[in-house]
Amino acid sequence: MSVTIYVPRDASALSLGAESVAQALAREIEKRRLDATIVRNGSRGMFWLEPLVEVETGEGRIAYGPVKASDVPGLLDAGLLQGGAHALRLGPTEEIPYLRNQQRLTFARVGVIDPTSVASYVAHGGFQGLRNALSMTPEQIVQAVIDSGLRGRGGAAFPTGIKWKTVLEQKATQKYIACNADEGDSGTFSDRMLMEGDPLSLIEGMTIAGLAVGATQGYIYLRVEYPHAHRALKEAIAAAREARYLGRDILGSGRHFDIEVRLGAGAYVCGEETSMLESLEGRRGEVRVRPPLPAVKGLFGQPTVVNNVVTLGTVPTILHKGAKFYQDFGVGRSRGTLPIQLAGNIRRGGLVERAFGVTLRELLYDYGGGSATGRPIRAVQVGGPLGAYIPESQFDVKVDYEALAEIGALLGHGGIVAFDDTVNMARMARYAMEFCALESCGKCTPCRIGSTRGVEVIDRIIAGRERERNLRQLEKLCETMLHGSLCGLGGMTPYPVQSAMRHFPEDFRAPVK
Amino acid sequence: MKALDPTQRETVNRIIAQHKDRPGPLLEVLHGVQDALGYVPADAVPLIADGLNLSRAEVHGVVTFYHHFRHAPPGRHVVQLCRAEACQSMGAEGLAAHAKKRLGVDFHQTTADGKFTLEPVFCLGNCACSPAAMIDGELYGRVTPERFDELVKEWEGRP
Ligand SMILES: Cc1cc2nc3c(=O)[nH]c(=O)nc-3n(C[C@H](O)[C@H](O)[C@H](O)COP(=O)(O)O)c2cc1C
Ligand code: SF4
Ligand code: FES
Repeated sequence: MSVTIYVPRDASALSLGAESVAQALAREIEKRRLDATIVRNGSRGMFWLEPLVEVETGEGRIAYGPVKASDVPGLLDAGLLQGGAHALRLGPTEEIPYLRNQQRLTFARVGVIDPTSVASYVAHGGFQGLRNALSMTPEQIVQAVIDSGLRGRGGAAFPTGIKWKTVLEQKATQKYIACNADEGDSGTFSDRMLMEGDPLSLIEGMTIAGLAVGATQGYIYLRVEYPHAHRALKEAIAAAREARYLGRDILGSGRHFDIEVRLGAGAYVCGEETSMLESLEGRRGEVRVRPPLPAVKGLFGQPTVVNNVVTLGTVPTILHKGAKFYQDFGVGRSRGTLPIQLAGNIRRGGLVERAFGVTLRELLYDYGGGSATGRPIRAVQVGGPLGAYIPESQFDVKVDYEALAEIGALLGHGGIVAFDDTVNMARMARYAMEFCALESCGKCTPCRIGSTRGVEVIDRIIAGRERERNLRQLEKLCETMLHGSLCGLGGMTPYPVQSAMRHFPEDFRAPVK
Repeated sequence: MKALDPTQRETVNRIIAQHKDRPGPLLEVLHGVQDALGYVPADAVPLIADGLNLSRAEVHGVVTFYHHFRHAPPGRHVVQLCRAEACQSMGAEGLAAHAKKRLGVDFHQTTADGKFTLEPVFCLGNCACSPAAMIDGELYGRVTPERFDELVKEWEGRP
């Protein structure tokens, strides 16, 4: 029987040479006339081990990594196809502690299946949620999502089922499902990994959302920086249509739903939902004043569900395993699991899906293994460029929405970026302002002008000019932005700036070089 | 700024025709034009405006809003360096300084030999393998200055 070898096609794995590994394997298999098939899977999310090659054996999948193309002949000599001993052998993939100590629900199939294959998806529980949903009323689907406790994973953490209920209650001939795949936050890549590694779960989730609220058309607003995800989505959509899981008369049910992918164009603010809708309509991504909510008057003026990739990709699990199953994970009002992304200066960067409640310290040290440079971790930014910086003294905080809010931080899309002790926090504060100035949609003055002023003021502080006065000025600017901005870009840029000033005051008073 | 040559006009018109009956087509058209021509020429704006029944100001406003759309032809290869936080934590600033020196250009500029255009980008979703770079859509991780020089050598030889 042909042996299956897995070599990821995930963009991060490719960035570390997975393509040349796959090619070298294909060449050697041909040359040695071996009976083996290469499957291009997603990534398991252990990026220090990528390119991670896996072999299907009688004892399950055995992992090798990180593999270089030049390792391939030696690996085959060592009996790769039988899971043979080699310096790069990591043992059974699922026994690697980083992976074994996770609770993968949304990411259960990522890195496991062939993302382009409907059969592979179905063999791993795919489309069970959709099948269940097809036998339920819209109200029942919405209720299941409400009962699961699922909150939006894009950043704002709004209860997903409640949003769907609003859209369901609207009377309109056309409604839309708009998936937010703009993933602009530095330190985040869970949307990307899911779209590349298990795109059918997103398609299934969107289709269920369509059945729930009565929408027949979905759009995926994908950032242009993700060409690999684009390719994966297009292939998956075509495969799903071909197999009648998408399009007209889904599985003979008489229900219709289809999906189109639209590309963004490198504007961070277009991740904000109303800006995204403007962009989807082909306009400048200027933020809309709310109300009306997108749920009432969204895309092309119609009731629209806007949800993040991970939110929608989690829905099939809820409809398959039940609301109770999902909501049994987690703590307090943070139910279920969260795919956390460990990024930046971290030894073992990657994706950790756990029930809410794990501490930052566990993530940084038990999973992450400390900094990549071997120096002390001095600060972490949680929740992207609008998230607060957290000092070491607060690393015992639990990673859930409420616990982070209590210390003036936020979870956002679950990205954690680590910095070692060489970081200059005044410079990071400056960068936050610079980024806001660069990405502001221009609609409100505090954001547009305030951020530019913020850069100037921080420059003066760094240069040692009238420090106390300028520090007070910076505080005032932050307050103005916090209270006078229409959306989170202007309204939350003060979080990284103020947290940097609060926790690392010495960096704003350092001797001038 | 050169006027559009007949084949470019033809290309722009073909792309407009392809998308104009779809809902909210402007961004799709602009992507199509940039993918085909490498940038969105100023002379394409009136064509697009007419084709989609929009004002020129509207089209111009959209082209200039988005960082992705270029106003001048790029070099043969586009090198994007990530400048966002995770990459900064792993030395992206030093890498950017090195890249500028190696290529002899600043961000948004093209090398004298027309081979490379250097652009900043804010996150490529490769934040666990920082610093990250992308060349013509191919992603690279853990890009040290030495690795950057290797990549430049490799891409110099490509068409
Ligand atoms: C400046 C800004 C950028 C945002 N970027 C994203 C993004 O890239 N992806 C995302 O899903 N949500 C983003 N959001 C949150 C969205 O506005 C919105 O809350 C979300 O897409 C709703 O989906 P969810 O409920 O499933 O999270 C952003 C918000 C702001 C203010
Ligand atoms: S806060 Fe900034 S980005 Fe948001 S609406 Fe106002 S100007 Fe636009
Ligand atoms: S911050 Fe550079 S790839 Fe994400």
